[in-house]
Amino acid sequence: MTMERRNFLKLLGAGAATVGLAGCATKPVQYVGGRKVVVVGGGYGGTIAAKYVRMMDPSIEVTLIERNDHYISCPFSNLYLGGILPNLSSLTIKYDKLATNYGIKVVQAEVTGIDAASHSVMTSKGVFQYDRLVVSPGIDFRIEEIKGYNPEIMPHAWKAGPQTMLLRKQLEAMKPGGTVVLSIPLAPFRCPPGPYERTSMIAMYLKQHKPGSKIIVLDANPDIVSKKGLFLKGWKKHYEGIVDYRPAKKVTEVDNNKMTVLVEGLEEIKGDVINVIPPQKAGQIAHAAGLVGPDKKWCPINPTTFESTLLKDIHVIGDSSIAGAMPKSGYSANSEAKVCATNIVAVMNSREITEMSAVNTCYSFLSAKEAVSVTGVYRVNKEQNVIEAAPGSVGVSPDLSELEAVYAESWIKNILTEMSS
Amino acid sequence: MRIKWSGFILLAGALTVSVAAHAAPPSMEMLSNACAGCHGVHGASAGPSMPSLAGQSKIFFINTMKSFRSGEREATVMGRLAKGYTDEQIAAMADFFAKQKPEYQHTAINPALVAKGKAVSDKACKRCHLENGKEFEEDAPVVAGQWLKYLQIQMAEFSGGKRKMSEKKAENVKQLSQADWEAVAHFYASQKQK
Repeated sequence: MTMERRNFLKLLGAGAATVGLAGCATKPVQYVGGRKVVVVGGGYGGTIAAKYVRMMDPSIEVTLIERNDHYISCPFSNLYLGGILPNLSSLTIKYDKLATNYGIKVVQAEVTGIDAASHSVMTSKGVFQYDRLVVSPGIDFRIEEIKGYNPEIMPHAWKAGPQTMLLRKQLEAMKPGGTVVLSIPLAPFRCPPGPYERTSMIAMYLKQHKPGSKIIVLDANPDIVSKKGLFLKGWKKHYEGIVDYRPAKKVTEVDNNKMTVLVEGLEEIKGDVINVIPPQKAGQIAHAAGLVGPDKKWCPINPTTFESTLLKDIHVIGDSSIAGAMPKSGYSANSEAKVCATNIVAVMNSREITEMSAVNTCYSFLSAKEAVSVTGVYRVNKEQNVIEAAPGSVGVSPDLSELEAVYAESWIKNILTEMSS
Repeated sequence: MRIKWSGFILLAGALTVSVAAHAAPPSMEMLSNACAGCHGVHGASAGPSMPSLAGQSKIFFINTMKSFRSGEREATVMGRLAKGYTDEQIAAMADFFAKQKPEYQHTAINPALVAKGKAVSDKACKRCHLENGKEFEEDAPVVAGQWLKYLQIQMAEFSGGKRKMSEKKAENVKQLSQADWEAVAHFYASQKQK
């Protein structure tokens, strides 16, 4: 026993010494691996990771694997529900320009598995080898936590596309004087202010097109998760008597025939249109690959490189990752992708990696012409090795703002352009 | 034995992670790429109300970020974001954007207003905004080729007193009418690549 312990400590000591040496070395590790990067997922994170690796080092081969031939932005999709956008076309990107302009190999395929040991990604179109893999799969739903859940009847519309269109059709078909029920899951979920923006946009639609209707918001959280004061102000200003916000109401069960939801299995609430946003977890492929941590929901990462702490040479960015103080937003995914790409390129060129610096800016619309924002600049807290906000950089707008709505329009234009050309 | 090994691996893992924190301070690219979500790739804005930062004057960029940070210049999001950066980081970003090729947006503009704007510029602006706004004197920004919408917002903020001006600028523009401000916005937006 003593012997074993001593051996163990010896091993540990040797390990620590080696590691310590590498840590203090002035010269970074000489990279001897190949130059193939594969990116899984063509959304806010994946497109940017692929593009920035190629922008910074065209000698690296980049393959972007995405199941669809297009991507529809979740940010701004609430504006379609509110009737501000006539359709989702302005929020839809394709990958052809990204492929041509940056020499990215875009493959439309379903990823079926990832094998870290053999550095391979299995897909419906064959196996792809990588030296570094970036996984950016967004979210999936913990539907098992809502008994009876059927998104075809009670859409989540939390991945933009057919679900968003279904919810809008249901709103259009609803009779005046009807009730919309919106259920918000416990945080963390994709886009913290999103459910409250959706509340505002649906309320605006009801006010304009369905007189006498209301929206009951059942929030599993004890309070509004993001921009609370501003949303309350906007609802009072524009949607008094339309928005009925109820905190600490966790939906656990639904009845698709009766069109009801059950709060904690007890309190039954009926709706003509029911928008259930289920609790969330990392994208399915992250689970299949073994990238998900002990919480069984999200992926732990090294905050400087976004490399998985569980599997070597695989990086996880965007909603799926545990990115400390950074919210699960499109802008965060964009910024994380650049941090990750920068350091992958550094490693592949035997250069020292760089400390991360990232930004988040999220706009939410309260009415057709007013928006509010939340911002943050992020860095690594070296003592705790977690991502924290730079002091003073996190904050919300002082008031509802028409100018911020104008800037928000330019934000979506810039970020979708960055992702697609 | 088994337990000890897994314990060792865990510890080793933790050490690897802390080593990753040994990294160079954020490079100018690391800092500046984070701005692109709103200001466009390398500061070339694709959004009509958002300024391009590509090719911007270094002094102007630094002054602007610092005045956002102190609250001296009124802002929407930039007052908060600027607080996240040190003087050194702001200077690094200024270097990065100053090095980028300027982007000329060619916004749809009104030719009659462009002509009028040229006359206004010759009278009131060109001593600081040199070469039709493509070059600058001292701390003035490069304004040529910015989006019309962005220029209109700024002109309105200057003329309405929301955005403060230097004494020199205030003196030069004090005779300008609303129509003059609008015309000069069209003039600068109309500028094409040198």
